[in-house]
Amino acid sequence: MLNDQDRIFTNLYGWEPFNLKDAKKRGDWDKTASLIKKGREWIIDEMKKSGLRGRGGAGFPTGLKWSFMPDHTKTGKPHYLVINADESEPGTCKDRDIMRNDPHKLLEGALLAGFAMGAHAAYIYIRGEFFNESSALVQAINEAYDAGLLGKNAAKSGWDFDIYLHRGAGAYICGEETALLNSLEGRKGQPRNKPPFPAMAGLYSCPTTVNNVETIAVTPTILRRGGDWFAGLGRDEKNTGTKLFCISGHVNNPCNVEEVMGIPLKELIEKHAGGVRGGWDNLKAIIPGGSSTPLLPKDICDTVLMDFDSLREAQSGLGTAGVIVMDQSTDVVYAIARLSYFYMHESCGQCTPCREGTGWLYRVMQRMVKGNATVDEIDMLLDVSKEIEGHTICAHGDASAWPIQGLIRHFRPEMEARILEYRKAAA
Amino acid sequence: MPKLKIDEVEIEVAPGTSILQAAEEIGIEIPRFCYHDRLSVPANCRMCLVEVTPGPPKPQASCALACAEGMEVKTNSDMIKKARKGVMEMLLINHPLDCPICDQGGECDLQDQAMAYGFDRSRYHENKRAVPNKEIGPLIKTIMTRCIQCTRCVRFGEEIAGMTELGLLHRGEDVEIDTLIEKSITTELSGNMIDICPVGALTSKPYAFKARSWELTKTETVDVHDAVGSNIRVDSRGGEVLRVLPRLHEEINEEWIHDKTRFAYDGLGRSRLDRPWVRDEDTKKLREASWEEAFTVIASKLKEAKPENVAALAGDLCDLESMVALKDLMNGFGVEDLECRIDGAQFDASERCGYLFNSGIAGIEDADAILLVGTNPRWEAALVNARIRKKWRRDGIPVAVIGEQVDLTYPYEYLGNDTKALEDLIKKYAKKVKAKKPMVIVGMGAFQNNNGFAIHEMLYKACKDMGWVSDEWNGFNVLHNAASRVGALDIGFYSQDGFDLSKKSFVYLLGADDFSMSQVAKKAFVVYQGHHGDAGAHRADILPGAAYTEKNALYVNTEGRVQNGRRAVHPPGEAREDWKILRALSGYCAKPLSYDTQHDLRMRIVDEWEFLGDLDVLPKAEWKAFGEKGKITKTVFKNPIENFYMTNSISRASVTMQKCTESFFNQASFAEAAE
Repeated sequence: MLNDQDRIFTNLYGWEPFNLKDAKKRGDWDKTASLIKKGREWIIDEMKKSGLRGRGGAGFPTGLKWSFMPDHTKTGKPHYLVINADESEPGTCKDRDIMRNDPHKLLEGALLAGFAMGAHAAYIYIRGEFFNESSALVQAINEAYDAGLLGKNAAKSGWDFDIYLHRGAGAYICGEETALLNSLEGRKGQPRNKPPFPAMAGLYSCPTTVNNVETIAVTPTILRRGGDWFAGLGRDEKNTGTKLFCISGHVNNPCNVEEVMGIPLKELIEKHAGGVRGGWDNLKAIIPGGSSTPLLPKDICDTVLMDFDSLREAQSGLGTAGVIVMDQSTDVVYAIARLSYFYMHESCGQCTPCREGTGWLYRVMQRMVKGNATVDEIDMLLDVSKEIEGHTICAHGDASAWPIQGLIRHFRPEMEARILEYRKAAA
Repeated sequence: MPKLKIDEVEIEVAPGTSILQAAEEIGIEIPRFCYHDRLSVPANCRMCLVEVTPGPPKPQASCALACAEGMEVKTNSDMIKKARKGVMEMLLINHPLDCPICDQGGECDLQDQAMAYGFDRSRYHENKRAVPNKEIGPLIKTIMTRCIQCTRCVRFGEEIAGMTELGLLHRGEDVEIDTLIEKSITTELSGNMIDICPVGALTSKPYAFKARSWELTKTETVDVHDAVGSNIRVDSRGGEVLRVLPRLHEEINEEWIHDKTRFAYDGLGRSRLDRPWVRDEDTKKLREASWEEAFTVIASKLKEAKPENVAALAGDLCDLESMVALKDLMNGFGVEDLECRIDGAQFDASERCGYLFNSGIAGIEDADAILLVGTNPRWEAALVNARIRKKWRRDGIPVAVIGEQVDLTYPYEYLGNDTKALEDLIKKYAKKVKAKKPMVIVGMGAFQNNNGFAIHEMLYKACKDMGWVSDEWNGFNVLHNAASRVGALDIGFYSQDGFDLSKKSFVYLLGADDFSMSQVAKKAFVVYQGHHGDAGAHRADILPGAAYTEKNALYVNTEGRVQNGRRAVHPPGEAREDWKILRALSGYCAKPLSYDTQHDLRMRIVDEWEFLGDLDVLPKAEWKAFGEKGKITKTVFKNPIENFYMTNSISRASVTMQKCTESFFNQASFAEAAE
């Protein structure tokens, strides 16, 4: 359980205005220059010490990622910080609230992160549908420029820093970092092959780091309070700090909430979301980390902890921590078939397994919903999902395979029963 | 130089080499669809997956992954076999099972690799996706359901041809290769998209349903539609040429050919001269005749005529042997007025360096600045232009143009269109050029005027002043547009001082069509020896010759490189190889030529011109003065080719080229229907 004094996003619910004056009251932009004066290495060291792992889903250690950026005094190329605000994963809505209610945390974080990686410019790539959020961000950016917190000699730190806001056009795949870079450059939003990684050749072939909104927004508080403070929260040294959880679905009180990493899933739902509709025993399954992570049946949900490694042990993932709760009334096969449709629809079509495979998965899943299939086809479905997983340019292929793998892993008897039922009815 | 192990074989490669290339070097085959050595690497087909340690525990695309020190690569592990099988299955689920009626069948990458890496049955029981076909002009037929979205054609258009006309539209399952708004593919290199398409999505429209690839006789020869001498393969069956494909020659055409080379072959079967014809004295009309009769008439006329009243012209498609034979025959009669430059170009042909493409076509890749004078290389030598574009894309070298302002597919600085612009340039930049290997490429457009010799001399001087020529580098290049031209100049089939054609009473045209027949006197006796009933034939007694696919012959390209053309089919009817006709005629004239076989003829050529004996060698012409000093009146340069698709008797007879002309040049004309 997170103490109030350890809360980072103190205005997550928009109880106070987001503007600069109120943000400063909440402690934002407080002596930012003095943090910068401590130097690049200090910032990266503190980030490493904090154990912060990227909040966009993959959970890569942030300090380490920043340290991959080459020395900007030697590359002879501009460096860029790109902030991924293309939050499109079904079940996830944390970045949205940050940008709507606490945008100055993001802007201050951008300056600090940008300085740490030698970037004079940051691009925020925001999802096109986030109209109110982009308005809030634009206002916040303007305020910050007016107050001298951005621009030349940003916040009197001696570092020039500009922030540009770019609105996407609503493609899920543009949340993939290299597709995002392509889209930002004006190309078709298709992921790039890696290597080269963005730290070597990213935006306009210059060294670039792409970070999630939440990752950047927690940076100022970590630096102010110290990496050790952040590392002291959470389950263990690999799963540290606080995290925004987005709880949706069959709960009494769907919400966004900041909690410590490693909180038991059951506690998270009972304390903050008012419990599962009809009581915990009415629970059928939970998708713990946004639609791409495999779902977990009730018996695992009873005990599992909400952090990167615990969920991985349970053969799922923390992802973006978009918790989707499904009670007994849910047709879980249909739910996953619907996700399959989403992944088919959002595939960029560039590489073979994803382009062809997502449609195949969806079509078989559609038959599975009715039971119009054979039991062998469940194995075939699993095999096809394995043919996609790990063979594609980006992680979209994996994301389309995992929900189905989770379904087969935990709900195979239900699928088989449905097939038998359909056969009986047909006969 | 990273060292790595591929399937336990150790190899050291140049930095930047991809794993796929390294594997190829040691003979390990990695299947691929989207990867092509001359195009960028999108790594989207996922067929070339390999297992790499150290690295993530999943397969990596070998085409896009550079070799690094200490890598261990497995191309045949169980993981990889399974991955390939999976990708193959994915590629095939939406690919139609129409191989039996597909023109690509038998030479299809997908078919071959499905045999090697695929599985023998399908697990896909849903309906297959269908994609509407696209109408992209008279050359390329599309069956888009077969497309596997490798994007080779898109990348070829963007990178090699320099015309972004195709793109990958939409996303996910709905991706399609399309032009967005329906239009033709206008690039002159479009046919190469058919070659690089790994499946049957883009196939040749004129060749559609004509033959199966395994029934064809394949003959390796060279192209004559321009002076580049592209290496080609002629596929024929039963005496008919059914298609023309490029052959790899890194120094000339790489692996591309332009659309005229590829598609004009149907002209070989139309308007052909297949028997001798003689003009009747009384009716003034042509009538069929025997070889004997034709030879007798010609021999008597030739004997009657005074040598100074006789002239011989060689056309654009002539081979070296026939021109030597004609020259020998004419010289036997004391005739000196020979000419191969029927396009009216005037320049000093006394030094070989003065009319060759001295840097070589591959030399373009070494150049660091290029000046084009009076030429549109895109139409006169499309592959030279592709090479300039390649160099520009890689190194961004500066290019300047004096002449007509046309789209060359790369940006250039435009300096003007006349002789004055050239003089100004030389004055302004003389001794100031910083480029170490500058190139000037002069087209026939610069010489087709009365100042030809003076312009030639000015260019010679400029070579010294501008630093175009040094000990190691010869940057002076003449770009010819006729396949016969350099060979004819080499053997002296020209007249330095020129002559007046209208005063001749006997004119021998060896395939010469591309000049104004009104220059020939009305009373003159004209012999036309050639393969098509084109302009020359209408004016003359006719002897049917063989086209380039019907004879073994030598050609000298614009670089001065001698290449061997081979016979793919026999000439039609009574037509014969050209040098044989001349040899027979010499017999009727009682002045028999000294050679009876092609071998003897070639020995006679090598005896006099030793350098013509070196096959496929880029010659190094000795640098000597050429041109004649003179006053230059201001002249506007005009490019010699107006319609790329119709430049010689073969392409003029071709229906496909006719369709191209209609599509790309006469679009504005209004089609009318009968009431």
